[in-house]
Amino acid sequence: MTGKEYRTITDVKGPLVFLNKTEPVAFGEIVTLRLSNGTIKNGQVLDTSDDLVIVQVFEGTSKIDREAGVTFMGDVFKLPVSTDLVGRILDGAGRPRDGGPEIVADEKADIIGAAINPYSRQSPNDFIQTGVSAIDLCTSLVRGQKLPIFSASGLPHNDIALQIARQAKLKDSDEEFIVVFCAMGITAEEYNFFRSDLERTGALENAVLFVNLADDPAVERIITPRLALTAAEYLAFEKDYHVLVIYTDMTNYCDALRQIGAAREEVPGRRGYPGYMYTDLAMLYERAGIVKGKKGSITQFPILTMPGDDITHPIPDLSGYITEGQIVISRELHQQGIYPPINVLPSLSRLMGSCIGEKTTREDHKSVSDQMYAAYAQGRELRGLVAIVGEDALNERDKQLLDFSGVFEDKFLRQTRDEDRSIEETLDLCWTLMSSIDTKYLVRLEQTWIDKYHPDNKA
Amino acid sequence: MSNEGVIYRISGPVVTATGMSAAMYDVVRVGHEGLMGEVIELHGEKAVIQVYEDTSGIRPGEPVLNTQETLSVSLGPGLLTQIYDGIQRPLPTLEKEMGVFITRGVDADAFDLEKIWTFEPQVAVGDEVVGGQVIGHVQETETIIHKIMVPPTASGTVKSIESGDFNVTQTVCVLEDGTEMQMMQKWPVRTPRPFQQKYAPDTPLVTGMRILDFLFPLAKGGAAGIPGPFGSGKTVTQQSLAKYSDAQLVVYIGCGERGNEMTEVLDEFPHLIDPNTGKPLMERTVMIANTSNMPVAAREASVYTGITIAEYFRDMGYDVALMADSTSRWAEAMREISSRLEEMPGEEGYPAYLSSRIAEFYERAGRVETLSGDDGSVTVIGAVSPPGGDISEPVSQGTLRIVKVFWGLDAGLARQRHFPAINWLNSYSLYPQSLDQWFRDNISQDFPEVRTQISGLLQIESELQEIVQLVGSDALPTDQQLTLEVARMIREFFLQQNGFHDVDAYCDIHLQYRMAKAILSFQDAAKSAMANGAQLNDVVNVPSRSDLMRARLEKGYIDVIDSMVETMTAEIADTVEEN
Ligand SMILES: Nc1ncnc2c1ncn2[C@@H]1O[C@H](COP(=O)(O)OP(=O)(O)OP(=O)(O)O)[C@@H](O)[C@H]1O
Ligand SMILES: [Mg+2]
Repeated sequence: MTGKEYRTITDVKGPLVFLNKTEPVAFGEIVTLRLSNGTIKNGQVLDTSDDLVIVQVFEGTSKIDREAGVTFMGDVFKLPVSTDLVGRILDGAGRPRDGGPEIVADEKADIIGAAINPYSRQSPNDFIQTGVSAIDLCTSLVRGQKLPIFSASGLPHNDIALQIARQAKLKDSDEEFIVVFCAMGITAEEYNFFRSDLERTGALENAVLFVNLADDPAVERIITPRLALTAAEYLAFEKDYHVLVIYTDMTNYCDALRQIGAAREEVPGRRGYPGYMYTDLAMLYERAGIVKGKKGSITQFPILTMPGDDITHPIPDLSGYITEGQIVISRELHQQGIYPPINVLPSLSRLMGSCIGEKTTREDHKSVSDQMYAAYAQGRELRGLVAIVGEDALNERDKQLLDFSGVFEDKFLRQTRDEDRSIEETLDLCWTLMSSIDTKYLVRLEQTWIDKYHPDNKA
Repeated sequence: MSNEGVIYRISGPVVTATGMSAAMYDVVRVGHEGLMGEVIELHGEKAVIQVYEDTSGIRPGEPVLNTQETLSVSLGPGLLTQIYDGIQRPLPTLEKEMGVFITRGVDADAFDLEKIWTFEPQVAVGDEVVGGQVIGHVQETETIIHKIMVPPTASGTVKSIESGDFNVTQTVCVLEDGTEMQMMQKWPVRTPRPFQQKYAPDTPLVTGMRILDFLFPLAKGGAAGIPGPFGSGKTVTQQSLAKYSDAQLVVYIGCGERGNEMTEVLDEFPHLIDPNTGKPLMERTVMIANTSNMPVAAREASVYTGITIAEYFRDMGYDVALMADSTSRWAEAMREISSRLEEMPGEEGYPAYLSSRIAEFYERAGRVETLSGDDGSVTVIGAVSPPGGDISEPVSQGTLRIVKVFWGLDAGLARQRHFPAINWLNSYSLYPQSLDQWFRDNISQDFPEVRTQISGLLQIESELQEIVQLVGSDALPTDQQLTLEVARMIREFFLQQNGFHDVDAYCDIHLQYRMAKAILSFQDAAKSAMANGAQLNDVVNVPSRSDLMRARLEKGYIDVIDSMVETMTAEIADTVEEN
């Protein structure tokens, strides 16, 4: 049925085109629209029946009139995949953006992606060293995990993501990640920042970029991450690569979802986002993981900016309900001039337990992490108290903890953008910093580790 | 009209068919690939179908076939240790058929129909049998005897009964009226299985989690809701219950949650030992995994699939516990389907029937007299994931209206790494009255009084904390400072329990009681020492107290706790002399 062009558009609304009297059209089928001025646009079928077909147009509906010709392509959206993807820059709909040739397809993969059978998954448990102390110690990243960065506008989440992309490696291994980078609605400036950094470090050769910028069609953002993940799945599960998917900014993606929902006059959920946003996001985030019998893996590092710095906003909220933890960036720390401004207190890596310890990182990792966290949490809390009662009212223990919270931020969190600390360096640093606190207050450290690692006991 | 119609419209998981005779909840096969669906609405000629698999690529005009069956589960030997999707397709079979990704259009039997089981008859020729009566036994796993029952609707005189090795589809019993019975039967998931009567619960589901058993106990046959924001511990709590609670059977439903969490259960359970029977945990477990990225309509069905399996084992006279993580995802599936049906939305876009569906689901919990006169129970524990952690939303509220136990998870506690992060001030259980007798008879005569003292101390602490916020703790009189210390001991020594700790993740109920008593002994000893002039600081810092507290992380605590308490009280008494 491909080829037949219909001119039966009845309504155009937001990103949607309604038409009637067609042959049977498949749900999810790809559509091209030819405008009277010759422009070609693409879309996808959202609703189909004998009488009415609703098409979502990726490039926006501007200039579409009732004379536009609509052709159904006979198939759902597929991405041509092959290892040629590596080193390429594509646009948000999967077309070359780097002036290079079309991708010669090894196969064509459905971009919606099928769910991994939960029975076929393998538990992720390989520690990834990012070289960023706050992450490695407190929210350890595991190969195959989905761990988002919850940030906000004006904060250096991109630097952190790039630093991780540059430095991430399995401990004691040179095996590198293929980076699949997916830009959704970010500014050209941000994109150039990413691209030039990847170019500078040579990482571009080992990366695939899918780029939808702020001035590209918003609706296209719905498919961009699906393309990126389809490429990632091919590279990971057909070609044995370990893939790190970075996508930014999920907030723009969700806003595009909201736009489509509104055009369809759907009953909106919280703050106008569609009620199915949880499921929709899960269809992306759950494409991380490791599966039995395949060598590769997909680790996801989504970046989202919390509107109004509000972690209960539906975008971070629903993400947090799906991902395996979160890394929270703090405006306060940023304003204090600390990079990376990671607030470890609300941050969490749910898979951390399975990837740290004697066999993988170091025997004292868990206790050190617990102790650093607890001491910092208490110190931070005391700051509030001191503001009311003054420092003199504190007892000795509290004074030490209060001081420690400053040291934690200044010496532990703070590192430069190209400082790549090994996990041993991070742990040794922790011991040095904790020695400013009397050992008797370090109740979470086992005596065995104190004997072995505390600077006072090391010759 | 015939059984066969054609597709008129496709909108995501909702497909409309015309030209087909259909009744509500008929199971249909949609399209050339025969995707499974269920009729959920009728409009004149048109039948609206929710489809349990992805519908992309399907076109109007493709055939729809009505099977005229209702959505049912297969029940029989082979259920245990299985992991199913929301419509009872075994995931291992799907892996075999489709590979690691779940594609579509594959049917799979719920369990191996060829597998041979040894059937031991429990009735003889000429016996009168009624629906629900046990006619034979099958040793399904090492711990569980699968009781083969007369289907609820059948009854009569036994004409013949077999003994020996059969598969689940072979006839093992025939009644005089010609009714043939096999070891496998079917039951529609949306219809509760019948029983004779519901009893008031009087036995706790002992979970091994101190805060639950001691402060907010759940009854066997009761229902509990665990609401909490992301990362607060719903899944860890549910998994702990699946591991350690003294139910005889566990049905664990991963409803719209993470794939890796199910993998974790699959990896872990076969190696874990049930503390109540000493046998591998997997042997008493049935799992249902319809993760967040699997089709939403099957997610909607998954809780019904789960609870029907639970009721089936209840009917054999077992105590079954069912965990649903998370019921919010189930409710969202209803909302999504409802909005595709263009139904009039209620609060927050949920369908107006949301609260009645929630109530109907939890009503399927209960302790019952089974059709065969046995005592069985289904206990339901539902996680709730309120947006932003705010439980004023419809799913939390609908749940709280019906369940009698509320375990409220608290983001603040989770952030302080106080686990389980159950807020002891706003959680509640409405069961204590009916369970107190059990605690008195089986644990200790004064169990309820000890509980009252412990929760009283926590209450006082929260009031004192308000003052401390303003003036600092040093400004309080020493007896109140002591109360704060005792309350801190309750929180850190008693309420906190690391769900991943080798030893402390599970705490025997007798030990729980002794730990609570140990805290009260500390309080008494401290009070009397201080009355005789001892300093609070000395009393609190006796080394034997921290020894006592730390020892809970060692094996064999129950054997040493009493003597450690004696040492502590003696040491505290000695602090009087030091002054
Ligand atoms: N009882 C516990 N003991 C130790 N750690 C716990 C406990 N409960 C929760 N945690 C910690 O909190 C993390 C999050 O818990 P969990 O996965 O159960 O949250 P959740 O409420 O199910 O979140 P979501 O709604 O996102 O699924 C765990 O990975 C673990 O680190
Ligand atoms: Mg959970």
